Amino acid sequence: MEVMQLLLSGLANGCVYGLVALGFVLIYKATEAVNFAQGDFMMLGAFVMIGLVNPQYLGMNFWLAVPVALLIMAALGYLLDLTILRFMFGQSQTAVVILTIALGFVIRFVAGVIWGHEPQSLHSPLALGDVRAGGVVLSLADISVIVVTLLMTVLLWQFFQRTKLGLAMQAASQNQMAAYYMGIPVKRVQGAVWALAGVVACVAGILYASKGTLDISSGFIGIKAFAAAVIGGFGSLPGALMGGLIVGLIEPFAARYFPTGYSQIAPYALLILVLVFRPNGLFAQVRVKKV
Amino acid sequence: MRFHFKTSYDHDIRLFPDRWTLSVYGALLVLMLVLPWIIDSFYLGEVTNVLIWAVAGLGLMLLTGQTGQVSLGHSAFMALGCYSCVIMMENGVPILLALPLAGVLTGVIGAIIALPALRLHGVYLAIFTLALAILADDVIVILSPWTGGVNGKFAPEIWIFGIEINRWANPASWYFLALGTAVVVTLLYRNLLRAPLGRAFAAVRDSEISAQAMGVDVARTKTLAFGLSCAFAGLGGALLGLFAGAFNNETFNFLISIQLLMMIIIGGLGFIHGAFLGAIVIAFLPQFLSILTDNLGSASIPGLETGVFGMLLIAFILFEPMGLYGRWLKMRTWLELFPFARRDMFRRQKTYLKTERLR
Repeated sequence: MEVMQLLLSGLANGCVYGLVALGFVLIYKATEAVNFAQGDFMMLGAFVMIGLVNPQYLGMNFWLAVPVALLIMAALGYLLDLTILRFMFGQSQTAVVILTIALGFVIRFVAGVIWGHEPQSLHSPLALGDVRAGGVVLSLADISVIVVTLLMTVLLWQFFQRTKLGLAMQAASQNQMAAYYMGIPVKRVQGAVWALAGVVACVAGILYASKGTLDISSGFIGIKAFAAAVIGGFGSLPGALMGGLIVGLIEPFAARYFPTGYSQIAPYALLILVLVFRPNGLFAQVRVKKV
Repeated sequence: MRFHFKTSYDHDIRLFPDRWTLSVYGALLVLMLVLPWIIDSFYLGEVTNVLIWAVAGLGLMLLTGQTGQVSLGHSAFMALGCYSCVIMMENGVPILLALPLAGVLTGVIGAIIALPALRLHGVYLAIFTLALAILADDVIVILSPWTGGVNGKFAPEIWIFGIEINRWANPASWYFLALGTAVVVTLLYRNLLRAPLGRAFAAVRDSEISAQAMGVDVARTKTLAFGLSCAFAGLGGALLGLFAGAFNNETFNFLISIQLLMMIIIGGLGFIHGAFLGAIVIAFLPQFLSILTDNLGSASIPGLETGVFGMLLIAFILFEPMGLYGRWLKMRTWLELFPFARRDMFRRQKTYLKTERLR
């Protein structure tokens, strides 16, 4: 039973990592950049939700606030692209990496100024009630995390495989100039994907805040989500989810069966092992360029 | 405007291109040598701090500015340098031996770690090194019999030739220790750039494929770059720990390596001057901000420092990717060419990105 409980809580945590990792992969697939601020995006999304729902702020109805928060984050993502990231168009990956790290710092600072530095919790109906089945306790939040994550992954995956916009995004990342020749408005497509990443981050944030308390350094779970994205192979949406689940599952088991002090290094150790032995992730998509 | 008529091949690789440059740097050295008698001990401590950060910054500059590899894990190597230096000193090794040895040790371990990391490039290397930086924190706690874990360690007394180097009793002595290290590291760095290895670094930075075509052993070059970079970072870390007096697992957390990266970008990527200019910004920004908030009469805002730092960095990447030193170069060129300077002389070429991904 204990194993079952660890398994389920690991799955729920892993789904949150997977959701943040989905955000990384989205941006990577469409712009070839890695958004180091995705974790902070998630934190911001959760705080926007807290600002809308909690009684000391606006006190809106939870279900009414969800679309509003998603919309705000989408607008924010698009605006960020419009005002900052579009100037980096065509520049190297590393410049964008450093830019997004800086962006993360600024987002943390702004969130700290607006919402303070104390941990807060979201008044979420998901945080109440739990389900008991055969000696295993599952909170409503855990179940909704798992369901929503699976749904999001399938939706986004299909979006990239089937829709015109999704294919345009992939084309824009593979060769910007060729994409222009094919009539794709590359810059606007990139704006769209940043908006989409904002939405995904907001969903992850709402679910994360429903599971526990939130403070401005919550965005650092983005680093674990990196591990997830790398294990999954950075270009693959289902891979990101798989990676998230692997990281999420390793954590509780390592905490249970490893001596203290060793358990929290497990996800990073796994990340390093994967990078050393399968540098392109378990679902490789890169081939060596030949001259 | 100065003209260089080259009459021998040595002119291309001279340490100083002409007498004027030599005298400018000579004057700077003299100024730095008499500085303790000019400014008071508080500012002397700050300048020492700048020099120490510059040593660590030169380490990352070698990797990121010259070889084009991003590392977010240099805090781990700074920690390694610091702990190894202090542990050696506690076992009776004199500092003049312990400091270089700590650098060499960090460099060797860095090069060994770089071997698997070599196959990674760009973002993957950044993530790999970020994981290293986070692991370092936990590893220090796990190794607490040697490292003191969360309780940390205190820097031992430093004696050089019978003179005690003490930050409080004798700030000038610390200043000269930092200055000496910074000068030695800068000279090493400058000479490295003149050597074939430095040229290979630049070739790898500009295009790995063309470097390979020109006969550069890319793997070897990258390993050496990583090792040397870690060695300098280790030296900087050792000085930082000794200067701080006490340190534990959180002194060198991964934010330090991000700060280091921001520092060299604000200073100017790929220039020795950039490391020093960036270090000045890093060291004096907190003071400047606290003076500013005091004068505006507002209470101190927590996290203001990192927030302003992030905004500065965004501004630099967007508007002046060559950093402070690049801005100075542009101004100097404008003055030298006056009135013939054109606005588009430094315009960035339009580029389009291509990926090596297939799906």
